[in-house]
Amino acid sequence: MTSPKRIGKIEFGLLSPKEFRTMSVRKIIWADTYDDDGFPYPQGLMDLNLGVIDPGLRCKTCDQKASECPGHFGHIELAKPVIHVGYTRLIRKLLRVTCKSCSRLLLSPEEIEKVVGTDEDSTGDVLSEKDIKKERVCPHCGEQQLKINFEKPTTFSEVQVEEGKKIEHKLTPADIRSRLEKIPDEDLRHLGINPDVARPEWTILTVLPVPPVTMRPSIILENGQRSEDDLTHKLVDIIRINQRFKENQDAGAPQLIIEDLWELLQYHVTTYMDNEVAGCPPARHRSGRPLKTLSQRLKGKDGRFRGSLSGKRVNFSARTVISPDPNLSVVQVGIPLAIANEMSIPVHAAPNNIDELKTMARNGPNRPTLNHPCGANYVIRPDKRRLRLAEGNLDTVADMIEPGWTVERHLRDGDIVLFNRQPSLHRMSIMSHRVKVMDGKTFRLNPAVCPPYNADFDGDEMNLHIPQTQEARAEAAILVAVQENILSPRFGGPIIGGIHDHISGVFMLTNQVRWFTREDILYLLKSTDIEHLPPPVKEEDGVPMWTNKQAFSVILPDGLNMVFKASSCANCDICKRDTCERDAYVQIINGNLISGTIDKKAIGAFDGQIVQRIIRQNGMKRAADFIDDMTKLSIRSIMLDGFSFGIDDEDLSKTEYGQIAEVLDGAVMDVQKRIRIYEDGQLEPMPGRTPEETLEMQIMQVLGKARDRTGEIAGRHLGLGNSAVVMAVSGARGSMLNLTQMAGCVGQQSVRGERIMRGYDDRTLPHFKKGDRGSDAHGFIKHSYKGGLNPTEFFFHAIGGREGLVDTAVRTSQSGYLQRRMINALQDLKVAYDGTVRTTGGRIIQFTYGEDGTDPMKSCFGDPVDVKGIVESVLKEEV
Amino acid sequence: MTPEQEQVIDNETLPAKTKEQLKKFLSEKNISDDQFEEIIERVNSEYMSTRIEACEAVGVIAAQSIGEPGTQMTMRTFHYAGVAEINVTLGLPRLIEIMDARKEPSTPTMTIYLEPEFGADRDRAREVSWQIEAATLQEFGDITIDMQDMQVVVHLNSAVCEKRKIPVGTIIETAPRKIRERRHYRDFEHESDEKEGVINFMPKSRESYQNLFQLAEHVRKVIVQGIDDIERVVVRKESGEYILYTEGSNLKDVFDVEGVDTRRTRTNNINEISQVLGIEAARNAIIHEAVSTLNEQGILVDVRHIMLVADMMCLEGEVKQIGRHGIAGEKESVLSRAAFEVTVNHLLDAAVANEVDELSGVTENVIVGQPIQLGTGDVKLIAKPMN
Repeated sequence: MTSPKRIGKIEFGLLSPKEFRTMSVRKIIWADTYDDDGFPYPQGLMDLNLGVIDPGLRCKTCDQKASECPGHFGHIELAKPVIHVGYTRLIRKLLRVTCKSCSRLLLSPEEIEKVVGTDEDSTGDVLSEKDIKKERVCPHCGEQQLKINFEKPTTFSEVQVEEGKKIEHKLTPADIRSRLEKIPDEDLRHLGINPDVARPEWTILTVLPVPPVTMRPSIILENGQRSEDDLTHKLVDIIRINQRFKENQDAGAPQLIIEDLWELLQYHVTTYMDNEVAGCPPARHRSGRPLKTLSQRLKGKDGRFRGSLSGKRVNFSARTVISPDPNLSVVQVGIPLAIANEMSIPVHAAPNNIDELKTMARNGPNRPTLNHPCGANYVIRPDKRRLRLAEGNLDTVADMIEPGWTVERHLRDGDIVLFNRQPSLHRMSIMSHRVKVMDGKTFRLNPAVCPPYNADFDGDEMNLHIPQTQEARAEAAILVAVQENILSPRFGGPIIGGIHDHISGVFMLTNQVRWFTREDILYLLKSTDIEHLPPPVKEEDGVPMWTNKQAFSVILPDGLNMVFKASSCANCDICKRDTCERDAYVQIINGNLISGTIDKKAIGAFDGQIVQRIIRQNGMKRAADFIDDMTKLSIRSIMLDGFSFGIDDEDLSKTEYGQIAEVLDGAVMDVQKRIRIYEDGQLEPMPGRTPEETLEMQIMQVLGKARDRTGEIAGRHLGLGNSAVVMAVSGARGSMLNLTQMAGCVGQQSVRGERIMRGYDDRTLPHFKKGDRGSDAHGFIKHSYKGGLNPTEFFFHAIGGREGLVDTAVRTSQSGYLQRRMINALQDLKVAYDGTVRTTGGRIIQFTYGEDGTDPMKSCFGDPVDVKGIVESVLKEEV
Repeated sequence: MTPEQEQVIDNETLPAKTKEQLKKFLSEKNISDDQFEEIIERVNSEYMSTRIEACEAVGVIAAQSIGEPGTQMTMRTFHYAGVAEINVTLGLPRLIEIMDARKEPSTPTMTIYLEPEFGADRDRAREVSWQIEAATLQEFGDITIDMQDMQVVVHLNSAVCEKRKIPVGTIIETAPRKIRERRHYRDFEHESDEKEGVINFMPKSRESYQNLFQLAEHVRKVIVQGIDDIERVVVRKESGEYILYTEGSNLKDVFDVEGVDTRRTRTNNINEISQVLGIEAARNAIIHEAVSTLNEQGILVDVRHIMLVADMMCLEGEVKQIGRHGIAGEKESVLSRAAFEVTVNHLLDAAVANEVDELSGVTENVIVGQPIQLGTGDVKLIAKPMN
């Protein structure tokens, strides 16, 4: 599309005063900007030669309008030289390594050779300050050197020792400049400075470039007043002081006044360059806000480099809230009609599509409902002029379209778009989906694609981008598509798969054996993509019946063979296989589920064994189809039975409550007993621990065990008839621990892994006696969430909860920074065509990627070949 | 599986791990030649299809793969890893520590394996641990302050010395020397009686009691046996042998102790490993430490990603930090460095040194607005249309 020209390289160097002057289009002498009529003063800071920002005016240098003129530099002649703050360290170094009278390096040629190496062998280092001894005699002219003192930000002085007294003698920038001027080019090369582009005296400014107005545009406030840019403010200060300095100089003012003015000029130039220099009060705006000067514009997250150059704003993007829609395919995204009407795709007119494009243009910019054909917003003529389509001109513009024109049409079903959720922590945070235009005002997505985006629907928003070129669309479809990203390159397993209700649903469908009538099984499979039902297994009273395992088998690809244990597996010592009472032994033979329950291990995101196997045997597309069918089937199955959870689901019977109370009382007593032993000094400390630490560890252990015991008691009462148990066992959400806390006992609250110890003197709360070490006084909650917490327990719970919140906040910032650093360190690495890993500069990092050349994404959880899977599917038996 | 079939597996160009798995899964099975052939063919084709593709941006993928799960890791600094007695930094802080290439980890620990004859026996293992654990003088006898004669008197307990396998003479010799060398306290004199096991320390200036008490403190705390940096040693039995876990780390000195299996002993101080055993060992240590930190948190990350990070850190022959003072700060490209951290200084220094940015990396090209040299942007082949 655009010109294939590449920037080959960028060279960095200093500008000399001479270059400043030739580059400059105007010498600036007036500190004022605009006159009373709002017209820029000639030779003022807004001089028309420096470029224009007001529409309607033309630049006096290039004669272009405001939109085209890039702006031009001007210059200010400084009355006396001033130091460039950024180079104070360089200047200090140069003053210390060169002679004060002859300005040559304070080393004899032999000494230089020792460090730098001979001319032929240039492997040596550049000279540094450490190579030169302090206060020595110049080997060239024999001058005794003095110590150079540097005081932040820009003051240099020489220290002379006379009669045991130290006398500091200030060096003016002019003095320094004359010294730097004399340093021979040869000596500079030894110091790592290239004198062709960076003579050291250029770091002391005699001319100050004035940036073009385009770089510091003034804005007009609502009340018609002009508000100038921070840089302009700073330049005004510099010019004012400079003028005053010149006048005083010409009038022959006393030395003291000259020095003061010189320092003031130095201050203004310093803060103009960098307003955050140590030892220098920042220049402030009238409102007291520190000015944003040159350095501040470049620095930091929102600075020019990170904010404007490395990250850019784009057009053709949309953002709105997301919500779930299990009836969509994982590769689709539902887009509100309003967005689809606003976003466009350019289509070039050619003889074979011109009629279609003309109809689109005729349809106009407003598609009223989903059923209307898609329209277009703009038409672009071959001369790049854009014609906006509006109610009145549809037919006239449509008739004008010829091959060579471009029509910007609306989005329609099947278009490819990029979908993204921040923070984009890995590449699956941006994937391409197919458009499905829908009613409503939110983006819709299949909940199975939530894990890679790490999205939920509590108000999350996501971004959408429309690729505008054919190349971009091709890359989006081939590389970025959802089905290409089912496998995570992090560990070589599926990251897209069933979550929450998908797992609960499929668990309830496949657990144990159930029988379905035709009506039921058709209800279950209605929305999946299958053509015919398998033959029924049995007939009951003349009614054909299907099993629940058949219902699931229907969506499996033919010829799938695998055996594994479900997440609900209790890890018995000896596996009972087919006769497992939990039905956790999953056998799939030739695409038929023979036994076992399908749950998180089989279809879940991150685990999804079946998904993983289908990808390897039948490809990505089939796996995506499987996920679609599975999500639809599982949602149907959860709707068939209904699934809910309420407060009374946490109820236990009287016997359980009695047992729980017994266990907790026993634990509290046990704690008391141990405390007594400790207080009697009878406690045998563990090796390397104080008795107190030992006691704490024992108490934590006792109370932890008691909590677990209450969980077991509660678990005995609550069976698979309880929704929370179904969710915990199937791996859909939550764990038995959560259930324990709801029905049994919340347990010990901790801060930094220890019982709660902070608060008042020798006690956590005024409710307790001083020195009480008992379980209640240090954050043990013996009630359940259902039973309700008492006030002290509630407070301890809040303490424990707060720690978790703080932890998360700290962690996100720390891990974000770690990731930024790692990306910066590793971003230039790629696999070369010879299989080595190299930087883009060509340095070899690894001779074979990962020592075996295996792509972690295509690997089977790290293994180059899924041997088990292959053997299983060929032999059709467990291995 | 027939021997011929085994032979076929051996002759295939497959990684050792795959061959091993094949043999393991097929060993007890009776399989027909057709089935065997199909398996071999499918293994081979799958092996070919899992090769990494050229131009893949493996660096970014590695960084994302390690960074993304960082948000899921705990911040809890201290955790009891198997050994309840010893604290180890784990989770995100430890991962950051590894990537920072710190000179010293916040909780240095060692896992010391012993030679078979020491490792099998608890008492002999204990003996080795005494050689390693830093023990202060007060553990070997009674220390009394004689206010009248202005001296500190140490009565060594010969039974303890014997139990700890250290001759009284050695203690008498090392104690004053170590006070001078390690504790940097020199204003005292001493005399000793080896037979009685008594050492007397006298401060040089006998004017104030302060000096006396100061001296007594040094005498009590001086380390006379073991390795200074190793504050504590715990002996544990694991899979049939006794292993020493330590708090504190000093690889070089531990290697000199008799009975230590130098091949298996390890420390979590990566810098120390690189000093003692060299850069390749340091690379392996980084991989090991990072993998075990992630695994402990239950996070699956492919080793290849961690290997790449470790290789990048060890590229120059010394362990370099991931970040401003290491890899990121020493990049060739000025723009890339400027875009990372300390923007202005990099630009100013580049100007003086007349640096040239060749625009080969990613950030540089993004900044100037041209395609990056990775992935599809790296393909230089262009199809010319016919005619």
